[in-house]
Amino acid sequence: MAEGNPLWPQAAMPALPHDSAHLHVAGLARYVDDEPELPGTLHLAFGLSSEARARITGIDLERVLAFPGVVAVYTAADIPGENNVGPIAHDDRVLADGEVVSHGQPVFLVAAETRLAARKAARLGKVTYEALEPAITSAQARAAGSRIEADQRMARGDADGALAAAEHRLAGSLRIGAQDHFYLEGQVAHARPGEDGQIHVVSSSQHPSEVQHLVAHLLGKPSADVTVEVRRMGGAFGGKESQAALFAAAAALVVHHTGRPAKFRCDRDDDMIVTGKRHDFEVDYDVGHDAEGRLCAVKLRFAGRCGATMDLSPGINDRTMFHADNCYFLPDVEIVSERLKTNTVSATAFRGFGGPQGMLAIERVCDHVAAQLGLDPLDVRIRNLYGPGRDVTPYDMTIEDNIAPELIARLRETARYDARREAIAAFNAGSPVLKKGIALTLVKFGISFTTTHLNQAGALVHVYSDGSIQANHGGTEMGQGLHIKIAQIVADVFGVGVDAVRITATRTDKVPNTSATAASSGADLNGMAAWRAAMTIRARMADFLAHVFGCGADDVRFTPEGVVAGAARMSFAEAARKAWLGRISLSSTGFYATPEIEYDRASHRGRPFYYFAYGAAVSEVVVDTLTGEHRVLAVDILHDVGRSLNPAIDRGQIEGGFLQGQGWLTTEVVEWDAKGRLLNHSPATYKVPTASDRPKRMRIDLWDGENVKPTIHRSKAVGEPPLMLANSVFSAISAAIAATAPDVRDMPRLDAPATPEAVLRAIAGMRA
Amino acid sequence: MGVRFLLDGAVVELAAPDPTATLLETLRGPLRRTGTKEGCAEGDCGACTVLVGEAAGEGVQWRAVNACILFLPMIHGKAVMTVESLSAGGALNPLQACMAANGSSQCGFCTPGFVMSLHGRAIGALGSELPVADAIAGNLCRCTGYGPILEAGEAVPRLAQDDRAVLAGLAGLAGDDMACGNFDGRQWFVPRSSDALVDVLAAHPEARIVAGATDVGLWVTKGLRDLDALVFIGDVADLKGLEETAGGLRIGAGVRYAEAHGALARLHPDLGELVRRIGGLQVRSSATVCGNIANGSPIGDGPPALIALGAELTLRSAAGRRTLPLEDYFLDYGKQDRRPGEFVESVFVPRPAAGNVIHVSKLSRRFDSDISAVLGAFALTVKAGTITAARVAFGGMAATPRRAAGCEAVLAGQPFSEATIAAAAEALTADFNPLTDVRGTAAYRIEAASALLWRLWYREQGAAVCVLDVEAC
Repeated sequence: MAEGNPLWPQAAMPALPHDSAHLHVAGLARYVDDEPELPGTLHLAFGLSSEARARITGIDLERVLAFPGVVAVYTAADIPGENNVGPIAHDDRVLADGEVVSHGQPVFLVAAETRLAARKAARLGKVTYEALEPAITSAQARAAGSRIEADQRMARGDADGALAAAEHRLAGSLRIGAQDHFYLEGQVAHARPGEDGQIHVVSSSQHPSEVQHLVAHLLGKPSADVTVEVRRMGGAFGGKESQAALFAAAAALVVHHTGRPAKFRCDRDDDMIVTGKRHDFEVDYDVGHDAEGRLCAVKLRFAGRCGATMDLSPGINDRTMFHADNCYFLPDVEIVSERLKTNTVSATAFRGFGGPQGMLAIERVCDHVAAQLGLDPLDVRIRNLYGPGRDVTPYDMTIEDNIAPELIARLRETARYDARREAIAAFNAGSPVLKKGIALTLVKFGISFTTTHLNQAGALVHVYSDGSIQANHGGTEMGQGLHIKIAQIVADVFGVGVDAVRITATRTDKVPNTSATAASSGADLNGMAAWRAAMTIRARMADFLAHVFGCGADDVRFTPEGVVAGAARMSFAEAARKAWLGRISLSSTGFYATPEIEYDRASHRGRPFYYFAYGAAVSEVVVDTLTGEHRVLAVDILHDVGRSLNPAIDRGQIEGGFLQGQGWLTTEVVEWDAKGRLLNHSPATYKVPTASDRPKRMRIDLWDGENVKPTIHRSKAVGEPPLMLANSVFSAISAAIAATAPDVRDMPRLDAPATPEAVLRAIAGMRA
Repeated sequence: MGVRFLLDGAVVELAAPDPTATLLETLRGPLRRTGTKEGCAEGDCGACTVLVGEAAGEGVQWRAVNACILFLPMIHGKAVMTVESLSAGGALNPLQACMAANGSSQCGFCTPGFVMSLHGRAIGALGSELPVADAIAGNLCRCTGYGPILEAGEAVPRLAQDDRAVLAGLAGLAGDDMACGNFDGRQWFVPRSSDALVDVLAAHPEARIVAGATDVGLWVTKGLRDLDALVFIGDVADLKGLEETAGGLRIGAGVRYAEAHGALARLHPDLGELVRRIGGLQVRSSATVCGNIANGSPIGDGPPALIALGAELTLRSAAGRRTLPLEDYFLDYGKQDRRPGEFVESVFVPRPAAGNVIHVSKLSRRFDSDISAVLGAFALTVKAGTITAARVAFGGMAATPRRAAGCEAVLAGQPFSEATIAAAAEALTADFNPLTDVRGTAAYRIEAASALLWRLWYREQGAAVCVLDVEAC
């Protein structure tokens, strides 16, 4: 595996900046909308449903068509192939066909000479409906028996029996709000016609292969006639895993009908209305524990609002169940997951993919147990950790890489947790209005797509005869620094500087049948595939040079000082030129499929994850008990990225993930009204954190271990796990609220996000 | 007549511009300056931040603004700097180099906006005295967590800006006459004096007056409205007065929030803190104090505070001037006491007497660049322990910014005591019947309004009352 590279163990792990950083700061990094438009490019806009659930009784597009600049208007009837952009269930319409299932669902598509004309005309369509009774809330869906799939149950032992026998028992509930991705670059795609019916789509998508296949099916073409290209995205966070396909499909449809290039750059409000968000959840728990806070029986019930279609909800809700243990051993346990189908926009992938909600729930249980017993929640957490003899998850996977105990011990020390907890108690005693809270919470995040077949990746590496290298792989760049990591891996194989490696745009005609860049797996999968491709070329060059210079292939070494073959020494460029002249292939694909994983979804048992990434965070907050306002004052993080492929990039993921999680749990509110209309669809009413929301004091340390599994250079995935470090903020706010009633041994009934209003309500609950 | 502006030393001339075309779409479209991004098209994310410069004495006063809601006539006769301007020679400037090396970008889409905000701060643009976090409060980043951006902002020193060429280029660029035009039957005017403004409004009494366009801009980018007649008052020289006297502060209709920030902070620190939290710096560098009044929003942050302080509004038209207490300007939701052909000329804010208890508090979900759920403003005259007069005004609690008559009545004449505050807080709950909306429920607003009065009390007792003032243990 990766240890096959003799150089790596000696190499420093370089903290190189993002490969596009110099372009980002100069405004020269090109995003989809920055490409010069071809002459004749049409601009698109959707006409959106005004109803949450209705039969369409008529569509009058006369005024739309008459609007100056409008070239064409399309409805579902104009789709030649399959009217679907759903990733699994084929139930996501590009354009509504006979019925609408959520407010804001696209009903018709306008193509015009200008974007403004398309947007204005789209508001002129007259669609008549026969309204049907919608299910907007989870309660309404449950009452109507509306689900995207059957309830899922993951269990071990006898939770009910253990609960009945438990020394102490408590129950509670928690609502967890949704979250909009708020990628700064909105959804966008352009499509252009090629010869003989071919089509080229440039998309801001995490999943170019899926866009390719969906566009092909939409138009009734073979996939070979559709090429999808992604240079970079201006943020994605899961919001461009399945959701980008809609806009690419619309653009491709217009190309198909008009033969003209077409671009769809969605307006921000429409984007927020039309595309899916993180699932909101209702969680109920019923647990039994002993006097020391050890959990003996745990029953958890998760109800996820999945929206109108299936999208990726089965996997997302499964991951909620997988992470409902977090770092804790749950002896007798039952986890039930309801997947409610509502007439709201279909919920979708978002960094953490259901994991955050599961983890937040069990962290809340730990806090609640501690409150009831009057213990430090950290002691309760420590007593419940996985350990020897207590190392099997509710889904029957044995934990082989548990570092949580050591991680906690180190962070407790470096963050001065105990001293600060005392200082906070003293502060609270003397402060009538402001109360502080502190909490240490944990993260254990399973790495792999839980749908096993997705754990595969391909790469394509070319060495040119001047020694320059081009690398291409199936992963997409959304800001996470995947390309620089892969460039470093490839450069390292050849002993050249990273500048010698050019990573090119992700294209379905270079690497086929790729998985989404998701599940934090981009570097794990594509890094290994690229490494293998590079190693194949290196082995060919070594064999050739050994032959030329009369040494063994093992005596050919690729060093930063050049290529050494026996007594000969040459630059990498010279070696490449010699190999080319010697008619050696300097191009190779590479392929990787994650080993060891298998999972039986019917019984919810198996090994869905190759390994776990761990982390822990201490957050200190202050709450204004008069107004509910609060502030995160300090955060200490210790996070496990295995042996870091690039510490600068990894730190960036940790800090950015944390703040995104903080936003999810504090300021970001997603609400639908009774008619299913989204109320927060622009940054005026949807508040992601600003610079001043970043904790004033923030310390991030990387755990200095390495992956026990032979991943690429023994690194670990980093994209999603840090988001859940922000659970510590929610626990700390709860602790501060509890400080308003120090004699009450109960848990504040705080729901997420902890807006000032939610905090004030929780404070009132404590005093009641 | 067209619009002319200076872009990196070259004059850009738009012969017959659509008056509600934005600077952003012009930059990204015909001018191919695609470094400036559209993130939201409503001035809330800062991805479109550019610098706009105007001659100011011997130099150029630059302002960071949101190009997405800046209409083309508003940059007539001005200079524009985009992210491309900074590395025009091919080399990154020190700020850009620092950001690139420091991991200040991830996806990079918001980055040009941050670069421009921080560059503005480095070259002394409007508001550059603010801390870095405040200078970038109007820029959203979803990837980095901001740390590496804040570090770069702190690390880069003030940059010398040689504006002599810009100054020369600006000379005479606007022309001598009032810029105006007619696009598709839609007229627009950029008067240079208030007398000319009076005349334009007399001839076009229904014309929409636009100052910073931070509100009207959204009517176009989001509402997709065609605005028939527009009068841009940003270049009316004699509306830019900011007169600080012993008696108080007179703020002309052309004075932007960022320009009035210091003077308002000197009237009372709470006003300074309030202004710091109105929009981002880009919004405050465009929006005017009087525009925030004139548009009559029930959630404008300026009016409640100024009402509590006893501000007076002066309106002007061809018929002359009239002055009224600020609270009387707000008649009902969307209805103000402004007659056809009339414009808000200035607002006068009396200086609070020493010893008065002034307290202004804004509640919003996010501290920076958010709209108030509730804004409470209190001005109590306390003599020998007795409240002799009380002015209490709220935003977000009614269809207009409004005084709390019941609360005021309970406070006036009573000892400044916990019992009085309790009674006044109770009275406050009867003063308003607020709405439930996306920023808060009616119940929360009622409770929070009372909480702000309690905050005043605890603050006067010396207790820590603001989460922004606390450090970690």
